[in-house]
Amino acid sequence: MARKVVVTGLGATTPIGGDVPTLWQNAVKGVSGVGQLTDDWVEKYDLPVKIAAKLSVPAEDVLGRVEMKRMDPSTQYGVIAAREAWKDSGIEEIDHDRLAVAFATGIGGVWTLLNGWDTLREKGPRRVLPMTVPMLMPNGVAAAVSLDLGARAGAHTPVSACASGTEAMAVGQELIRAGKADVVMVGGAEAAIHPMPLAAFASMQALSKRNDDPEHASRPYDIDRDGFVMGEGAGALVLEAEEHALARGARIYAELAGTSVTADAYHITAPDPEGLGATRALKAAMYDARVQPEDIVHVNAHATSTPVGDKPEYTALKAALGQHVDNVAVSATKSQMGHLLGASGAVEAVLTVLAVHERKAPATINLDHQDPEIPLDVVTTARDLPQGDIVALSNSFGFGGHNAVLVVRNH
Amino acid sequence: MASNEEILAGLAEIINEETGLAPDAVQLDKSFTDDLDIDSISMMTIVVNAEEKFGVRIPDEEVKNLSTVGDAVDFISKAQA
Repeated sequence: MARKVVVTGLGATTPIGGDVPTLWQNAVKGVSGVGQLTDDWVEKYDLPVKIAAKLSVPAEDVLGRVEMKRMDPSTQYGVIAAREAWKDSGIEEIDHDRLAVAFATGIGGVWTLLNGWDTLREKGPRRVLPMTVPMLMPNGVAAAVSLDLGARAGAHTPVSACASGTEAMAVGQELIRAGKADVVMVGGAEAAIHPMPLAAFASMQALSKRNDDPEHASRPYDIDRDGFVMGEGAGALVLEAEEHALARGARIYAELAGTSVTADAYHITAPDPEGLGATRALKAAMYDARVQPEDIVHVNAHATSTPVGDKPEYTALKAALGQHVDNVAVSATKSQMGHLLGASGAVEAVLTVLAVHERKAPATINLDHQDPEIPLDVVTTARDLPQGDIVALSNSFGFGGHNAVLVVRNH
Repeated sequence: MASNEEILAGLAEIINEETGLAPDAVQLDKSFTDDLDIDSISMMTIVVNAEEKFGVRIPDEEVKNLSTVGDAVDFISKAQA
């Protein structure tokens, strides 16, 4: 019997809350964190997309000036979320050789990379800061979190585009099950609201251009959806071997009962139209958790609000859950905070754990006219989940054909 | 041309910006590594910022000879002359 993995700490900084209590309150209420960008570069480059979901509490309100200087924004966000999760776990004494980190990002230190390039061109090589390399490397977040916590059982960085955050949960679960760590700080962080990635995502027609109505731009499953909204932030969870958590009398939010990761091997960006890779991921995660489709009460969907992306997820859910798909309360929380790319899976894992713990599915906003080809039971007003044993899923899919699924069970 | 006092004050400002050390902790007899706990990456950042501030060039091979704040003040002062 594999070791059970439980969640004992939660942290987040997002467009709808700078900490977990605020995030949860707003996710249940149903608010939008999307707004018009006021940065001078929007007009300077005449970007086709002028909206995004920035952090509701800027990093400089939380971190010290000197420590901020040595971190890319993505690392700043990851450290903020990890510190909250660590404090929330209540862990005081720990064997640091048995504490690991699995902290994901989709892009990594893109601000640092591009600022360094600007400096090189404008001022020459001498002015490119010596901290540039450690700040831009994608493992920078995991390394900074490891340094911050004194975690010495390895610091891993799963990178699988928008599935990265969820894949980090899978890595953490495997480290505990394999006996390589007792506690793992898992999470994801992203800070890519920079004109270059915005231009690149816009160029591939992935972003909503609802520039004059930002609060309604992210609208998963709605017939008028026209792309995702770029968000930023981080989510973090303390995963712990059940016996370790019980021995210290920890507050346990829920069990991370199963995970899975698959690849479509179909197309570099387009999802498999039949959702085969996603279906295999869903089935494998449920098998990993030893649960049946009928056990599932809630899904935190990937649902980015792109015209082509939302439907294959429904196809996959239907294939994996059968007729029971009609009985599942589906929340598309990107409707509220946009798409946090490599951090999205981590923030959605926080929300899924809280949904199970609080027995409440968070709201999906902007669903005015549901796409008839996606007849899911979408939770538009936060809804109570049943008493007794309940199981929830969280899906994430990424460019490259990456699929990752979590199974969360009450504890 | 900055006086030695002005160079010291300028360095203290740059060091504070980079490390958070209080400006009055930066004294001529202090060692960058042993007293001020400045690592090699911070040292290079301080050097580059000092070059810009004082309009001098501090070659990489010179940096290892600057063990105290006083060494740096002397080097910058001579380089400005």
